[in-house]
Amino acid sequence: MRQKLEYLKETPSQTAGPFVHIGLAPGAAGFDIYDQELGTDIAGPNATGERIRIEGLVIDGIGSPVKDVMLEAWQANAAGIYAHPEHPGEVEEGFRGWGRVITDFDTGEWGFDTVKPGPVMGRNGQMMAPHINLWIVARGINVGLNTRLYFSDEDVANATDPVINLIEWERRRKTLIAQRVERDGAIIYRFDIRLQGDDETVFFDI
Amino acid sequence: MPKQGEFYQRDRERHPPALDRDYKTSVARSPKYSLISLENTASEITGPVFGHTDFAPTDNDLLTNYAQAGQAPVGERIIVHGRVLDENARPVPNTLVEIWQANASGKYRHKKDNYLGAMDPNFGGCGRTMTDGDGYYYFRTVKPGAYPWRNWVNNWRPAHIHVSVFGTGFAQRLITQLYFEGDPLIDNCPIVKTIPDADAIQQLIAVLDMNASIPLDTLAYKFDIVLRGRRSTLFENRLEGN
Repeated sequence: MRQKLEYLKETPSQTAGPFVHIGLAPGAAGFDIYDQELGTDIAGPNATGERIRIEGLVIDGIGSPVKDVMLEAWQANAAGIYAHPEHPGEVEEGFRGWGRVITDFDTGEWGFDTVKPGPVMGRNGQMMAPHINLWIVARGINVGLNTRLYFSDEDVANATDPVINLIEWERRRKTLIAQRVERDGAIIYRFDIRLQGDDETVFFDI
Repeated sequence: MPKQGEFYQRDRERHPPALDRDYKTSVARSPKYSLISLENTASEITGPVFGHTDFAPTDNDLLTNYAQAGQAPVGERIIVHGRVLDENARPVPNTLVEIWQANASGKYRHKKDNYLGAMDPNFGGCGRTMTDGDGYYYFRTVKPGAYPWRNWVNNWRPAHIHVSVFGTGFAQRLITQLYFEGDPLIDNCPIVKTIPDADAIQQLIAVLDMNASIPLDTLAYKFDIVLRGRRSTLFENRLEGN
């Protein structure tokens, strides 16, 4: 008999369900149990770079906001460094680069405050444009969806970004670009995520 | 040891497809286009790092973490324990494991849960812990109850605990559900059956572990979790462009 490979198989995914907040953001579920909830402060107080806010909706195939979604954000700091031992470089004290984002249960609107990330070195020496990695889970989503948020004021970097350029259909690339606006002196990027239908957001198998 | 490279490709045939018409909510929430396959970069290989200051050591004890002094939640007292491993069968140490669940009546402590099951004043329903150096984790809780949900008219969820795990890279991020050995509701649950592979479903069923139970006190179930493994970069290392 031929030899066997001894790999294990990844545990299969199941939907996070409608009550994901109980486990990952119990305050949003309506009760306080932990001294500190995780992922409420992405950048921390010491991070350098431009302070920005990201806002958006997750929209289903019918055009309705998804009100029970949870997102996680993962990003580099303004110098393009991830807070991780395998990524060369240092981040500011208190910068984790990771956050959890809950929607308003009535409107589905979500938002988070952070710093704008810098460009990150990609594969084969190709620089990636500044981006925030997003992971989206909800009732009805069987495997968490991965996408990337890029910035509308980074046209030059976006044009040569190796990941954006992997997307064969040029008109789909714009689904990954958050639109910069100024509101009361604050920098806001609008990023609506469409799960399905016209202008369906590009999702990645990473 | 060789330097570690990309994560092994996720085996999508063991995961549920985005669209499963028997799980009705997935119909309008499933992307229609194919996922764009991305070779790992630093953005996928890295992920958040947690430490012991991020949570309290008692956060893994659902029997006490919401109970009033001297009281305990109603239900079958259980330990859920196991290891977080990768596909190379190596333990994943110091990684965050979070769980949430209904109480013994099948009722969630959530302002959006309107099931008529009773709320338990001594049960919150969430816990978190970090794996130790061997990838081992454990929780103490009560066995959750089954509950009905709106899908077909008479669908019931098998008793289950939601489990969230990180690993070392954002590409390993996983949320799944733990089911209990012997539960007859597993076989006819549309959410379980979103997983097309019968063997993969078995991987979500925790097994009664009498050796780990505490006599006259608490039963135990073992649930190992496997995250994506990583290549060893035997011949090249071009992730960072060198």
